[in-house]
Amino acid sequence: MEFFSHQTDFKFMATRHVWYGLSAILMIASVVMLFTRGLNLAIDFTGGVSAQASFPATVDLGAVRSQLAAAGFHDPQVQNVGSSRVVAIRLPPEPKVSGQVIHDRVESALRAVNPGAAVQQLAVVGPQVGSELEVSAAWSLFFTLLLIFGYIALRFHTWRLSFGAILAVLHDPILVLGWFAASQTSFDLSVVAAILAVIGYSLNDTVVVFDRIRERFESNRRLAPNTVLDQSINQTLSRTIMTKFVTAIVVVALLVLGGPVLKGFSEALLIGILAGTYSSIYISSAVALECGLTAEHIFPTVKKTALDSQP
Amino acid sequence: MLEYARWKYILIVAVLLVAMIFALPNIFGLAPALQLAHRDHSPVTSAEAAAIADYLRAQRVSLTRAYVDGSGRLMVEFADSSDQFKANDIANAKYQGTYISALSLVSRAPAFFRALGLKPMPLGLDLRGGLDLLYQVDTNSSVAQMLQNYLQDSARALAAAKIPVRNIRFTTTGDSQLQNAIQIAFAPGIDLAGAQQALISPLQGLTITKQSGADGSQLLIAAMSPAQVKQREDYAIEQSVTTLRNRVNQLGVSEPKVQRQGVDRIDVQLPGVQNAAEVKNLLGQIAQLEFRLNDETANAIQAAQTGDVPLGDKLYTNTAMGGPVLLKREVIATGDQLTNATVGQGQQGPAVDVTLNSKAGDNMMRTTRQNVGKRMAVVLIEKHQETSTRNGKKVVHEVTTQRVVNDATIQGVFGDRFEITGLSSGEAQDLSILLRSGSLPASIFLVNEQVIGPSLGKENIRMGIDALIIGMAGVLGFMLIYYKVFGLVADLVLVANVILLTALLSMMGASLSLPGIAGIILTVGIAVDANVLIYERIREELRKGVTPQAAIRAGFEKAFSAIADSNVTTFFAGIVLWVFGTGAIRGFAVVLTLGIATSMFTSLMGSRALVTLMYGRKRKVARLPI
Repeated sequence: MEFFSHQTDFKFMATRHVWYGLSAILMIASVVMLFTRGLNLAIDFTGGVSAQASFPATVDLGAVRSQLAAAGFHDPQVQNVGSSRVVAIRLPPEPKVSGQVIHDRVESALRAVNPGAAVQQLAVVGPQVGSELEVSAAWSLFFTLLLIFGYIALRFHTWRLSFGAILAVLHDPILVLGWFAASQTSFDLSVVAAILAVIGYSLNDTVVVFDRIRERFESNRRLAPNTVLDQSINQTLSRTIMTKFVTAIVVVALLVLGGPVLKGFSEALLIGILAGTYSSIYISSAVALECGLTAEHIFPTVKKTALDSQP
Repeated sequence: MLEYARWKYILIVAVLLVAMIFALPNIFGLAPALQLAHRDHSPVTSAEAAAIADYLRAQRVSLTRAYVDGSGRLMVEFADSSDQFKANDIANAKYQGTYISALSLVSRAPAFFRALGLKPMPLGLDLRGGLDLLYQVDTNSSVAQMLQNYLQDSARALAAAKIPVRNIRFTTTGDSQLQNAIQIAFAPGIDLAGAQQALISPLQGLTITKQSGADGSQLLIAAMSPAQVKQREDYAIEQSVTTLRNRVNQLGVSEPKVQRQGVDRIDVQLPGVQNAAEVKNLLGQIAQLEFRLNDETANAIQAAQTGDVPLGDKLYTNTAMGGPVLLKREVIATGDQLTNATVGQGQQGPAVDVTLNSKAGDNMMRTTRQNVGKRMAVVLIEKHQETSTRNGKKVVHEVTTQRVVNDATIQGVFGDRFEITGLSSGEAQDLSILLRSGSLPASIFLVNEQVIGPSLGKENIRMGIDALIIGMAGVLGFMLIYYKVFGLVADLVLVANVILLTALLSMMGASLSLPGIAGIILTVGIAVDANVLIYERIREELRKGVTPQAAIRAGFEKAFSAIADSNVTTFFAGIVLWVFGTGAIRGFAVVLTLGIATSMFTSLMGSRALVTLMYGRKRKVARLPI
């Protein structure tokens, strides 16, 4: 079986300005979403109490909410996860109260709704832990980008490709963040891990295209850069789509079967993979082209004079 | 003809064989078990074990076996976790006083695997349930304690040299000179050279500067350097980890984890533990221990009533004896100077035998020589953090409770070894545990706690494994259809990759968490990518009209740089996550990073070896089933 029996010949670079526009719109929309709606940060970041409880039968969320409020919890957030008998509860931080006390209070409130209720999981996160996590997440991102920039500059001899790669790498997480702001899916630590994995993944693609660009330039230095880029992207297109398709299979499996804990994680991966495929074509390569990439940058001509001048 | 070096085949086969052996214990799975340990840590006898097993059977709990493990704890294994829960409830109801129970998981692999050191991957808390506590170490308090020690030593040295001191104090804040410094004020006209001479020994390592105070007094300021402060902080954290580890071991939990996290955090993971309250009491609340002399010349009851405390004394109203006591301000020894404490049998009933380190021993010797017949007390200082709202702003402040847990008569002169008597059997037990597990050199605060129920863990692992199996099956099926025989090669290589990864994780003893399973699934994606790159390249070469064997060679060789470069970048992301991440994130990063390494090995070497084996021998291959 083969989806790409003929070499495709799409003129990717010719239409790049249209795609820049689309990217710009998506990025701006994401940033606007981030600023207007914001992320639905999980207690990993905000601090507070999160609990998961199971009931022997379908439970009325309104009743759970009112019982929790009656037990003295301010503004409890209650929702079903996975099944109508399992609820996730989020409570604001309760200073001075130990987790065990909260556990017992929550459980007795839930038992007032249904005597068979049981708290399966309870996490109490102090507020200072959360703010530190934001800092360490930002540092992780920074160091990842720095390492990648250095590595690509080293392997491909030009900052132009590094720059393209970094822009693509920034593009993908912003879209993922935009999605999380728009959908208000709970943004927890595992989503940060997924975003960093997305960065790695999206780069994977970018580098495969770069590798082909290098190869094309090597075999024919006279070709116009935009032709080389088009050829490179076309030649790697089948691989790009195949890989993404296969990875999507496993990520969808995670999304559907992985349960509520992995929902944010797999959602971020899926969006990131889609965005990454696109960005490796239109952002990384095209930006390098805009920066004036030529064969000369990857394979500098050895200056004859330098050799002659030696005794 | 295609060739592939013989040593590479040997290497691949050897690596896979070793990997299979290490991965094998995982196949047998884990059996739910209940662990029962004596509260006083004495080993469980086989007669007791048999009695407990019989009792459980009589309560209609079906257990597969019960035995005493190498650490003298009773392990009861069950076929099903519902029996495990039932047994736990029964055991808690009947044996609460004498045993500590913990839910556990035991490998079902035959015993000889364990004898060879082959173990399955332990499951993370999210997959087996348990208690996760994150503590913050208050390093400032530990630095302050060190300054307090310096201060005491200095005051003693100056008193011995008969140099009068106007005022002596330590400061932890202020400009660079006063930050973490001892400040000693002398009246004008006092010979500072003599004072400096006397301070050489107690303030060793500190830089001493002279200043003149506002009231005309002469000041000597001895500051700790930033390096010394840092060293003290590190010591405090390391010591806290050790102490917490000791305390956790006192709990008798199976496979506990106590590890430093970030700069000043300690993560304590207790699989199978559900009763958070009891655990936290033992782990976190006890902060420091101090041995002090009792000032029997003053009337403590009167002092408590009037609030008029004699100079050089400190009043303690919270005592185990009931009434208030007055103790000398001077600390003879602290808990972190203690090396051992065991329950013994003294002449007057139960006793705690204490061993101190040499420095504290010297001090104790000096003190007891002058104070035979007087009383010495053990003070327990507990600290916890409270948040309150003041003027609409949240303020975090420390609450310290000091409790005198023991007050006994000094029977004779002793140094680093002595006995604390006058205790009931239970008191001796508690005091020894407290002393033995060490005192914390700094206060610790609980900043994060998580309890995961065992049933949720079971559900998580089912979902994770389902996702893994379905995802894998989808990928394997698709590759087979899309690349035919080469797809089969890719499938074999993928399976080999998962085996290799499992083996590595088992060897490292890295616990498997839900994000870890996600990492394995993602690795499958990465491993497929390498194969797809190679096969697409082979197809491309074939389209150019190259002969099949040349296409295979070109496919592997030309795809190499793309595979290497692209994986290195993902590898970077994994490494950064590994370094910066904590808990679940780190679990994911470990799997991702290792997975990249194994997938490079299997898809570059493994699949090339297989393909060469299949198509390399023949002189000519007409068509490739790709």
